[in-house]
Amino acid sequence: MTDLTTPAVPPAAPTTADKSQFDSSSARKQWQVIARRFLRHRAAVVGVVIFILLVLFAFLGSAFWQYSFTDLGFPRYQNPTADHPFGTDRLGADMVSQTIRGTQFSLQIALVVAFLSTFIGVMLGALAGYKGGWVDTAISRFIDLLLVIPSFIIAAVLVRNSFVASATGSNGGSNWLVVALYLGLIGWLSIARVIRGMVLSLREKEFVEAARALGASTSRIIFRHILPNTVDVIIVNATLAVAQAVLLEAALSFIGLGVHSPDTSLGLMISLNKNELNLHPWLFLIPFVFIVLISLSVNFIGDGLRDAFDPRQKRVKA
Amino acid sequence: MLRYIIRRLMISIPLLILASFLCFGLTTAMGDPLGEWKLQKPRTPAEIAAAYERTGYNDPFLERYTNWAGDFVTGDWGESVVPGNAGRSVKEDIGKAFVVTFRLVIVAEIIALLLGMVVGVIGAVRQYSLFDYTATGISFAMFSMPLFCVALILKTGGISLNNWLESIGADRWIITAGPPGDGFKGGFGEQFFQYTGAYILPTISLVVIQFALYSRFQRASMLDTLNADYVRTAQAKGISEARSIFRHAFRNALIPIVTVSSLNFGATVGGAVITETVFGWSGMGKFLVDAITKLEPFQVLGFMMVTAVFIIVFNLVADVLYAFMDPRIRLD
Repeated sequence: MTDLTTPAVPPAAPTTADKSQFDSSSARKQWQVIARRFLRHRAAVVGVVIFILLVLFAFLGSAFWQYSFTDLGFPRYQNPTADHPFGTDRLGADMVSQTIRGTQFSLQIALVVAFLSTFIGVMLGALAGYKGGWVDTAISRFIDLLLVIPSFIIAAVLVRNSFVASATGSNGGSNWLVVALYLGLIGWLSIARVIRGMVLSLREKEFVEAARALGASTSRIIFRHILPNTVDVIIVNATLAVAQAVLLEAALSFIGLGVHSPDTSLGLMISLNKNELNLHPWLFLIPFVFIVLISLSVNFIGDGLRDAFDPRQKRVKA
Repeated sequence: MLRYIIRRLMISIPLLILASFLCFGLTTAMGDPLGEWKLQKPRTPAEIAAAYERTGYNDPFLERYTNWAGDFVTGDWGESVVPGNAGRSVKEDIGKAFVVTFRLVIVAEIIALLLGMVVGVIGAVRQYSLFDYTATGISFAMFSMPLFCVALILKTGGISLNNWLESIGADRWIITAGPPGDGFKGGFGEQFFQYTGAYILPTISLVVIQFALYSRFQRASMLDTLNADYVRTAQAKGISEARSIFRHAFRNALIPIVTVSSLNFGATVGGAVITETVFGWSGMGKFLVDAITKLEPFQVLGFMMVTAVFIIVFNLVADVLYAFMDPRIRLD
């Protein structure tokens, strides 16, 4: 059925040199088309710009800003002024430097989570979908198991447990990596399911059969033939995972299972200032705005990528 | 179909056993529930020994698990172990928390689902209209806000509203400390006033998130069906646009959203942790957070069993509904 709509394959069997040339040129074209479509998505482009600015702010901001996050002793609860554009907090620390540091930690966590959850999810999902049989059963049951066990318990074990703390070197207090690992280790379930489903149908396709007939190894089939066909889903999911991780980390901090001092994050800043909304609203609202900016820009990028990758969703006749 | 349902339920029994065993290990790994109590003030060794005896922590790990499992299947879910809180029946506490959460979540879910469906369908039918852009923008904004901030802002707004109401001589309306424990009192009008006061803010904060999800989902699936060949065929045959949208496209676009909402519902029974914490509702989410904070092993286990059963059942409901609505899908 689907053959009817796909263009005919060139009949001559190309030599290896021909093939790679053909492949790379068509791939470049495809990426150009995607890039052009992405650039037409105005919200997504704005998202990219905002996200780059946020990254620059977080990782380079402290080099340019006059105060360090360790400078305490300014007047406490100062309203925003020219000297302290975001005011000062309850300890008399400059909020700009605090926000720079919080944004940096939030972004670090989000990127680790996105990478880890995508990696685990894609690997296990592809393995389950391609291998089938007991491998599929084992991985699928494992996903069911993780869905059923409340994730807060795992968080509590990881964040509180002294053994984990010493194993990851977070005994001295630095625990952002523990939070990031935790979020990554529970965040891969949905992408694994999606990839499994896609691989299940892809492995029955003729090109996979052809690769198998040519004697390609399992890993070659998965990495060279099947996964490139899921790359759009993987990229979109990884993007959205960044936004989700920022929000989840904030929620964990609010419950007390997230990042704690001496590390910080935007979520921790908000929850430390949760009772200031009436009297010193900027202490609450500034980290809030930064979280919203991060996740909004990333969500728009993800949306733009999805539209760019999926040419089918064209305008519908109303 | 019946055989399929029975088989699925049978498969989930070993899953539950394994999950409870893992969960038991995790609660043990969380730490000693009596640790804090021991540090509060000097305790005699006899006191400490008695406390440990009561918790059953003297037995080996496996024996404790089999004891708990044996009691659980006969309907005894254990008791809380931290002294000062000790002896509370886990089953009763979870029952109470469940009722609170269920009342809160069911209303919010229904509102979010209906609202999301209407907005999603209109957004898809009038794609790239002003309405569509506005709805998309709103749902993206909702997706991008941490829920607890929304809840905190709503709560602050509610308190300001109360103060304003008082200043003009009216009664305080918004209740930010959960519904009254002994139920609503007074005539119908008063009860309605209290009911809305207690429910409105937590419901809004729950609806915000769920609505964003449902409306996006409904819009996407509606776009899919509107683009489908059978809808074009129907229109080519000359049926009216409304009929093609509602009879052909809408009905099929319902399938994914029904699945998503039933999966979602199974998960939300586990409590709206953030909303409950902010608004002081003693529901399932708060129950879990408290149990984890106090390191109560049997409370955590009981919670896990209840939510696990719901997740499993609603997963099954989703699959059965899917097959029911789409006859091309066969369950076997």
